Amino acid sequence: MSEYLVRRLAFSLTAMLGVITIVFALLHVTGDPAALLVTQDATRQDMERIRHAYGLDQPLSVQYARFVERVVRGDLGYSYRQDVPVTELIAGHLGATFELALASLAVAIVLGVALGMAAAVRRGSGIDAAAMTVALFGTSMPSFWLGLLLIIVFGVKLGWLPVSGYGGLDHLIMPAFVLGGFYAAQVSRLTRTSLLEVLDQDYIRTGRAKGLRAHVVLFKHALRNAALPVLTVLGLSFGQMLGGAVVVESIFAWPGMGRLAVQAVLGRDFPVVQGAAITGAAVFLAVNLTVDLVYGWVDPRLRSAGQQA
Amino acid sequence: MAGSTLVFEAPASRRSPGRRSPLRRLLRSPSGAVGAALLAVVLAAGFGLSFATPYDPAAQNLSIPVHPPSLAAVRGGVHLLGTDQLGRDILSRLLVGLRISLLVALAVVPLSMLLGLTIGMVTGYRGGWLDVALMRLVDAQLSIPTLLLAVAVVAVLGTGLAQIVAVLVVTGWPGYARVVRAEVLSLREREFAAAARAVGASDGRILAQHVLPNVLPTMLVLGTLHLPVVIIFEAALSFLGLGIQPPTPSLGQMIAGAQDLVWQAWWMPTIPGIAITLVVLAFNLLGDRMRDVLDPRLRGLGPV
Repeated sequence: MSEYLVRRLAFSLTAMLGVITIVFALLHVTGDPAALLVTQDATRQDMERIRHAYGLDQPLSVQYARFVERVVRGDLGYSYRQDVPVTELIAGHLGATFELALASLAVAIVLGVALGMAAAVRRGSGIDAAAMTVALFGTSMPSFWLGLLLIIVFGVKLGWLPVSGYGGLDHLIMPAFVLGGFYAAQVSRLTRTSLLEVLDQDYIRTGRAKGLRAHVVLFKHALRNAALPVLTVLGLSFGQMLGGAVVVESIFAWPGMGRLAVQAVLGRDFPVVQGAAITGAAVFLAVNLTVDLVYGWVDPRLRSAGQQA
Repeated sequence: MAGSTLVFEAPASRRSPGRRSPLRRLLRSPSGAVGAALLAVVLAAGFGLSFATPYDPAAQNLSIPVHPPSLAAVRGGVHLLGTDQLGRDILSRLLVGLRISLLVALAVVPLSMLLGLTIGMVTGYRGGWLDVALMRLVDAQLSIPTLLLAVAVVAVLGTGLAQIVAVLVVTGWPGYARVVRAEVLSLREREFAAAARAVGASDGRILAQHVLPNVLPTMLVLGTLHLPVVIIFEAALSFLGLGIQPPTPSLGQMIAGAQDLVWQAWWMPTIPGIAITLVVLAFNLLGDRMRDVLDPRLRGLGPV
């Protein structure tokens, strides 16, 4: 177990170093990073000052080492627009993102697993076809459009839910449904495939043959064994949601990290964009590390298996 | 799945002349046929009709702003799908926007594929430090949530048509590279590769003649499933104001422009939204079916 843990931890740390490298490269890819770090009305003197302050006049290797060191220390720079450290800004937005991601994960699990189960149990029936059609549309509809439609119907026409903003539970319903619904569609298709495979196994037939009730076979025997691939996808989805639901947060004016990143790009506040990318990746890697460790604990076969990506 | 029955079925006799081609098998299923039909409509609209739009998509007519869809003529012109807040014809904008979405997807997917294929083949075949370094890079890039990465790249490259293609290629190639590398790792150990090596074939020849043909079906499936992802990403970025810029019309931008008018003009966001959904649906249907026909192992892998 400990070897597995060390290997996974090493993987996450190298990936994180890679992320920092990518973000560093992004800043330098245009040739003049100072241009990205100042506002449009900056003068030549401003540029020089920035170059000097950020050490952009140093050799690239020195800059890289300094950049990595700064990030490791938890220093993500300073926001031009808001005059606060980027870490502080991101910390202020992470809570809302976390709340939305958690609610969306619940939607994805409940809706996705229920649809997938219904489809698998009644394979080939009208229910199966209906559930899979819903799932197909769910993956095909752009989230910003679905969000607007919901706003039109439930926010404007019916007036049941607030159209945007951050607040109580009622503010959370529509964004969580839109974000979670997309992942629910994927989860339902995967649950169906995975469950169908398990339902074909001999031990399920044995269970049925010895007269176990249908729901016992389904929940205790089939679902547990079909759960592993679904869990993998849920873990990845949760990581993506936490990394910033860029679009959904923007439509519903949800004050999370994704919206912060978009506004930062529009306002040419590059340090914030960098910080968001690094934080998003860190959260994603942390969630996946946790999920993998939980697996190693749930499924002992994985502990000894080769490197699981 | 594999039979629980004890009766072994005789292998179906191969009728080599009459054997169904993958294309026929693709179209024989309802989902494949619906997908293909939808795609035909979308392509005809995007690459045919869009060159004969009823109005100039950028032409404003401030005397008829926010006009609902109707068959009747208003002030001397019929606007089948209505007009937007500047009185621009929505049908014309839709057709041109569709063409642009398709062009972006048809540029991004082959470019990402080429990049991913090259890197995946070379690193998978060669191995060594280059392989380790590039695969770590791929892992790192795949840990940055895709849209967040795209947004960060936009911050560097700027907005516009060429930039958006570049952004989506940059975010798209690692998916291909990873799959290709895994395939090449197993292919290079197979007998036919060993045999080619034994008779003195060069690495380049082995890759081109023996490895590449075996990866192509997988590439085709991944590419088809990548197309809808690209279309959604482009629309999302344009929606956020980070993609294609006016006056070039784009579907995402049309929906964004409707955001403030959802109170009175339901058709403004609805029509481009339906268009995006149909395009994505067509590619998803075809891609799913193609995966089942060409490469069932990719099942459950999801889009790139």
